[in-house]
Amino acid sequence: MINVHEMNPDFKSEVAKVHGGENIKNCFACGTCTVSCPVFATNPEYNPRKIIRMVILGMKEVVLKSDFIWLCSGCYNCYELCPRDVKITDLMGAIRNIAVKNGHLPDAHMASLELLEKYGRLLEVSEFENKVREKKDIPLLKAEIPDIKSLMDKTGVMDIVGGDNDE
Amino acid sequence: MMSKYALFLGCTVPVRGLNYELSARKVADRLGIEIVDITDFACCGFPIAGVHHETGLTLAARNLALAEAQGLDIMTLCSACTGHLTKAQKHLSSPRGTEEQKKINDYLGGSNLEYKGNTKVKHFARVLYEDVGLDKVKEAVTNPLTSLTIAPHYGCHYIKPSTIFDGFDDPINPVSLDKLIEVTGATSVRYKNRLQCCGGGILSISEDTSVKMVKEKLDNIKTAEADAMTLLCPFCSIMYDEYQPTIETSFDAEYNIPVLFYSQLLGIAMGLDPKKDLAVKINQVKVSPLLEKVQANGGA
Repeated sequence: MINVHEMNPDFKSEVAKVHGGENIKNCFACGTCTVSCPVFATNPEYNPRKIIRMVILGMKEVVLKSDFIWLCSGCYNCYELCPRDVKITDLMGAIRNIAVKNGHLPDAHMASLELLEKYGRLLEVSEFENKVREKKDIPLLKAEIPDIKSLMDKTGVMDIVGGDNDE
Repeated sequence: MMSKYALFLGCTVPVRGLNYELSARKVADRLGIEIVDITDFACCGFPIAGVHHETGLTLAARNLALAEAQGLDIMTLCSACTGHLTKAQKHLSSPRGTEEQKKINDYLGGSNLEYKGNTKVKHFARVLYEDVGLDKVKEAVTNPLTSLTIAPHYGCHYIKPSTIFDGFDDPINPVSLDKLIEVTGATSVRYKNRLQCCGGGILSISEDTSVKMVKEKLDNIKTAEADAMTLLCPFCSIMYDEYQPTIETSFDAEYNIPVLFYSQLLGIAMGLDPKKDLAVKINQVKVSPLLEKVQANGGA
């Protein structure tokens, strides 16, 4: 059930202002995205056409708090086929960016941010890898690249994921 | 044509795809692709772009700037790195990205870096296809794999979104990997839903969904009776190679489909040592039956 009094009609414009979300209002709901989606074919909880409709209707809270916005696998099938150039893969990125600003970040992504901050990479390079590299005579990897933390400090990403940033 | 590139490893290749890196280096060397290592390269920024766009772009720009400082273009192995770095390069060098370029270069200034938009990005397979060329790749084949049928897995970010790849390959009906397979002497196999995504992008969010996506592809490749599959991205490899035994157990299925990085497949056809040069021991699904089949047919 949808309660019209809980809608936020400005949500679509908010999305359209964020990088990747610019073309959301082009959507005429043909459903090409959903039928070409490999995730939908396996898990109907992720339905790009429905998500776009929800944004256009203004269901801001429901969309931003949802788990389904994090289910896009980023394959770009819909992006290639969309007859209205909605750039859906990038649009999902825009919606996620807004969700994060509103305090909704899946734990798995938080864990990735912490690894990036610590190592500069998503995966820790152990002594084992560098031993193999030495044996194979290829350049050793730096265990940590602190520059990444200083750049993350500059963009303020860790403060943003920390909490409520809604204007 | 002589090519020289900064080799971009990203996060996954050196830790979970060392077989890819080692084999790609050997193949590149044989084909006269000169590799420069930049040990300050870090994450490409892809994993963070969906959380915070500007940070994703900043991390990409930092890597691009490091290569640009040496006057080099970047050669990638991971398809996600390819897509993200290319997107950043296109965006930051376009009029639309001018404001962001200024802001990001302010951030990078602290590390004495600046990205002007000159350094470009190419996936390793695209370098083989465009720079080296199919003819020259074929000339390097001393051990044609005529007995093998191979299922290509293109993956997503190697060719999509096609708008950023300047018409390199067709996103709906790509051919580059099929042709690269065929110059090794092997037959490239058509199978149902061959462009299906590996699901790796949501493994940490919904393992159940990703695993079902992987199972479907393995079923389709099994039906097509391919001897092996070949791919171009370390994360796709995690899904099809590392996860294959788990999927066999949980779905009570049997696949035994070896999963080779294209550099390994080409390396075998070039007569490189499968263990020493191509690190096939690292592959989860045993590659030895495949090598035996090649040998039985008069190969190396």
